[in-house]
Amino acid sequence: MGRPVAVVGTGIAKYGVRNDASIAELAWEAIHGALAEAGVEQKDIDIVVVGNVGGWSSEPLSSVVLLEYAGMSGKPVYRVEAACATGSAAIKAAHDAIASGEADLALVVGVERMNESPTPIVVEFIGRAGNYFWEFENFGLTFPGYYALYATAYMDKYRATEEDLCRVAVKNHYYASFNPKAHFPRKISLEQCMQSRYIAWPLKLFDSSPITDGAAAVVLASEELAKKLTDSPVWIEAIGMASDTSNLSKRPDFLVHRASLWAAERAFKKLGIEREESYKHFDFANVHDAFTIAEILAYEALGFAKWGEGYKLVREEQTYIGGLIPVNLDGGLKAKGHPIGATGVGMAVEHVRQLQQRVEKERQAPIVKGRSLAHNVGGTGHYAFITVYSLEKPRRP
Amino acid sequence: MSQREQIEEFFKQMIGFAETMKQSVGVPLVFDQKSGAALWLDQRELTLRFTISVERIRKFFEALSEGKVLATRCKETGTIYFPPQVDCPDAPGSEVEWIEMPREGELLTWTVIYTKPYSFSHYNDYTVGIARFPNGVNVLAWVRESDPGKLRVGMKVRLEVVKREPEGYLTYELVPVEEGQ
Repeated sequence: MGRPVAVVGTGIAKYGVRNDASIAELAWEAIHGALAEAGVEQKDIDIVVVGNVGGWSSEPLSSVVLLEYAGMSGKPVYRVEAACATGSAAIKAAHDAIASGEADLALVVGVERMNESPTPIVVEFIGRAGNYFWEFENFGLTFPGYYALYATAYMDKYRATEEDLCRVAVKNHYYASFNPKAHFPRKISLEQCMQSRYIAWPLKLFDSSPITDGAAAVVLASEELAKKLTDSPVWIEAIGMASDTSNLSKRPDFLVHRASLWAAERAFKKLGIEREESYKHFDFANVHDAFTIAEILAYEALGFAKWGEGYKLVREEQTYIGGLIPVNLDGGLKAKGHPIGATGVGMAVEHVRQLQQRVEKERQAPIVKGRSLAHNVGGTGHYAFITVYSLEKPRRP
Repeated sequence: MSQREQIEEFFKQMIGFAETMKQSVGVPLVFDQKSGAALWLDQRELTLRFTISVERIRKFFEALSEGKVLATRCKETGTIYFPPQVDCPDAPGSEVEWIEMPREGELLTWTVIYTKPYSFSHYNDYTVGIARFPNGVNVLAWVRESDPGKLRVGMKVRLEVVKREPEGYLTYELVPVEEGQ
């Protein structure tokens, strides 16, 4: 566990098709914001961790490129990768550097420029993110395809409907409409979602998160520095991680998102809380809604709903503000967008600002418990991260 | 127009535009259709084609030509591996033996891929499913049925070696078994 770690500065670039900016320029928008908010300069930073997946974008050593642009060449830096959970992995790495005493001030940057390649190439790269040789080479799965395998099995077993899936999209677009940084800051209707074309049956275009460019950054600090820099630090209270098989065929069923379940169990053990009805302990949550079915599976894995009843939460609007637990108040991956390497860092930005009650009022969660949960999946449950943010300094043994 | 033809047409137009720009302003600029942002069209092109070692699992590919789909089994623990692997992580040092996969399994789940990856864009829409076999092993493969409505969880499927066209190589497929057959 080590020393307590606080977030003392946040920055986020507008998510969307960002053909107006190179990867370094886009990263700088977020870095600049985070440093300014923390009230620190580049020279104060001890270590930088960059979350960027790449492949679809041109710079293979993106971390070094964006550091040079940000006037930080020479600083210790490395890039981490955990597929769509890359941003959460970057936060974990920087957290550990501070917790261990190796650093006092760390900068985490998540950035992705997916639109440097045309859509079919991006679809190919994401489709390869599973087991390339045994599941992509011969069978050409896509990312919606992998999640569709979960959706088919889940809907058959529990009688959830395509409308239920679309309700997730409607909710997340609703909150995105109040988030100017979102890729799609607009509401959609259930009919619009239901009428969108199938991309991987039974999933439709509006069940799917978009191909997004974006960047987000946070400055992490040790307790001593955090107290000097801010009156309202947000602490990283616990991180739980897990993985699952690369081959989907090696998973026993497609009803339980195992990596999420295991990551949650590990995080909750650190918090000393039960998984069942875990929502009681949080003011709000972000869950990894790369596809609508993923949000429903997450409700169950995280203990917000009983097994097989996740879809009822969204049917009964229990994950809107005022319900059991508001989920994805920034629009989620679905409507805020999913710039792969930036997503987990973008969640951190959202959680800090929500807990400090400074997001747009229409999407501000009531902050009572002072604690929130961010769930970030890599691949199709190949990785999972649960990061718990808190206004209260964590008690460390 | 197939998805492949649409993509090729898109590339052709973009390259054509960049050529015109090279002649007029000297550099390969293209413009974002929505925002008008200037983009440099990369003048370097890379083909990715890997050579992947299958030396230790050659038997699997040799068996395909006999119409068989093989798995491996750890001699010490009895664990069956599919995709086949030659090492037993539960019993380091133990050997595996090659066994034939059962012919008939039950469909667990499926999807139909409409929006395809670039390297699959020349195929018609295809169905991918996962079936469970009596030896407890799951297999993911194409399912020979393009209408998702005709499939159901638990239906019997046969594991068949097939030739994948137009590439003309052997792989395996899940074939729904007609009721009463």
